[in-house]
Amino acid sequence: MTAIRLEGLSKSFGPVDGPVLEDVDLTVERGQFVALLGASGCGKSTLLNIVAGLEEPTGGSVTVPAEGAALMFQDAALFPWLSARRNVELALELRGMPRAERPERARELLELVRLAQAGDKRPHELSGGMRQRVALARALAQDREVLLMDEPFSALDAITRDLLHEELLRIWRATGRTIVFITHNVGEAVRLGQRVLLMSSRPGRIVQEWDTRPWKDPDAYGFEGNAQSLDDTLGELTRTITARLREEISRHAA
Amino acid sequence: MPPETAAPSVPAPPAAARPAVAPPAAPAGTRPSPGADELAGLDALQTERTRRTPGAEVLRTKVAPPLVALLFALLLWQLLVAVLGPRPDVVPGPLDVARQVAVLLSDGTVLGALGTSLWRGVSGFLIAVAVATPLGLLVAQWQGLRNAVGPLISGLQVLPSVAWVPAAIIWFGLSDATVYFVVLMGAVPSIVNGMLAGVDQIPPQLRRAGHVLGASGWTMASRVVLPAALPGYVAGLKQGWAFSWRSLMGAELIAIGGSIGFGLGSLLAQGRTVSNMAVVMVAVLAILAVGILVELLFFNPVERRLLRGRGLLGHRS
Ligand SMILES: Nc1ncnc2c1ncn2[C@@H]1O[C@H](COP(=O)(O)OP(=O)(O)OP(=O)(O)O)[C@@H](O)[C@H]1O
Ligand SMILES: [Mg+2]
Repeated sequence: MTAIRLEGLSKSFGPVDGPVLEDVDLTVERGQFVALLGASGCGKSTLLNIVAGLEEPTGGSVTVPAEGAALMFQDAALFPWLSARRNVELALELRGMPRAERPERARELLELVRLAQAGDKRPHELSGGMRQRVALARALAQDREVLLMDEPFSALDAITRDLLHEELLRIWRATGRTIVFITHNVGEAVRLGQRVLLMSSRPGRIVQEWDTRPWKDPDAYGFEGNAQSLDDTLGELTRTITARLREEISRHAA
Repeated sequence: MPPETAAPSVPAPPAAARPAVAPPAAPAGTRPSPGADELAGLDALQTERTRRTPGAEVLRTKVAPPLVALLFALLLWQLLVAVLGPRPDVVPGPLDVARQVAVLLSDGTVLGALGTSLWRGVSGFLIAVAVATPLGLLVAQWQGLRNAVGPLISGLQVLPSVAWVPAAIIWFGLSDATVYFVVLMGAVPSIVNGMLAGVDQIPPQLRRAGHVLGASGWTMASRVVLPAALPGYVAGLKQGWAFSWRSLMGAELIAIGGSIGFGLGSLLAQGRTVSNMAVVMVAVLAILAVGILVELLFFNPVERRLLRGRGLLGHRS
């Protein structure tokens, strides 16, 4: 089952500037975790906004589930006048859930991101990592098949980010969502994504793809298990992709 | 004796220690991952502790300084009058004014005028709010209308509303309608402008978040736009009140007689007519006092609460 299909997608913002996205083809199956990797300004957010319906493509076609997609922004974009719980409840309300069921469901979602005890705090009283977790709970409250995440952890410190990676993978396994996760951090992409896609800049295109599943679980794919630990294996893949990303960036130096 | 009370030296384990001994069974499906404790630890480290300023400190930092300044100004005033000795009907000292206050208070003039003006000011302001709020929303949400009347509204805000007094007298005669008309012309543009500024300053990200969550039309306006614009709106209300009060005083000062009641502005005009500087001073001080008190006791607390709730105020301010 296909969750997202982009065919020949392109986008330019003005007649003068060249296209930001050109001829992007992408198919994401249901339940997949796809990491989208690219240099700053290559059009990752633009691509995601088009999939989320916030922006119209100038060419090509976009197929997403009729209900639309949930989107988590680069900054949490929580409503500052609502407590964490109310932010989640508002998402439930806007999706049409009856009032009586909302508090219980909001509590469950906050528990899922391990913030049950912080429900009454306003966004400014929370740390950046906690805010992103509330934003994740709010995105999950939309109960959409597809969850789009735009560099959700890029502003966080390394320890918090590490922990949130584990949490996100746990939630992904528990909920079975289709996730498209944008980042410019190769390690993050390799760790989280089943598929890692590399985008070029100006025009933005998907230039290469890596499947991390055989690396993470060699036995299931009939590969020879070697003595390397998983960390070393993924480290090697990370170095390969980083080299390719650098190559892509230095193409623009000339 | 029952053993429970006989052995006070063996205390029950403190409630907080119990989970460590016998952890509650995790509900099925939410088996804690190893990171859960670390996350909870980080949360505890990173959460801001909200601290309320104690009452004594408020008294010391907020209430005492202006009172001391006021006292100082009064002393200086009295000193100058005592040293220079001007005619008391031209430059009265604070004691002369205080005496005049006592006289006007005892015959009910000041309180009557104060009551009349306050009633008009407050009711005029409330009417202005009722008119300006829907108008502001309409102009903010409808770009065509905004292009058409936006410049007019900004212009009206600059025009001193006292300039409407002659026109109002021609239309409504010397009646309360004249006063209310001038008050409305003073307050409505401020409130509409505050609403417009509030809507303009909404971070685009919040609208996008609302859109992604499925808000549109009415739900977008009521759940996202209005609450997000509230600080600007309240700032507009505050300015609207200031303009109402000023316009009212201007109108009362100019339009006297007819069926117009006797307000503070009328008292001011009367003081001028009979050349009694002490009466003039009493009226000015009363007008000033109302302005300061309404701001301090009503608008400032409302505004602070609002901003603090959104993390837009430091803890100490
Ligand atoms: N509304 C807009 N109008 C004009 N140009 C735009 C607009 N939005 C984005 N762009 C341009 O499109 C390009 C891609 O922007 P985009 O935000 O998608 O990059 P990104 O890959 O998400 O970058 P980052 O990693 O820094 O978030 C940039 O060159 C940017 O200048
Ligand atoms: Mg971006």
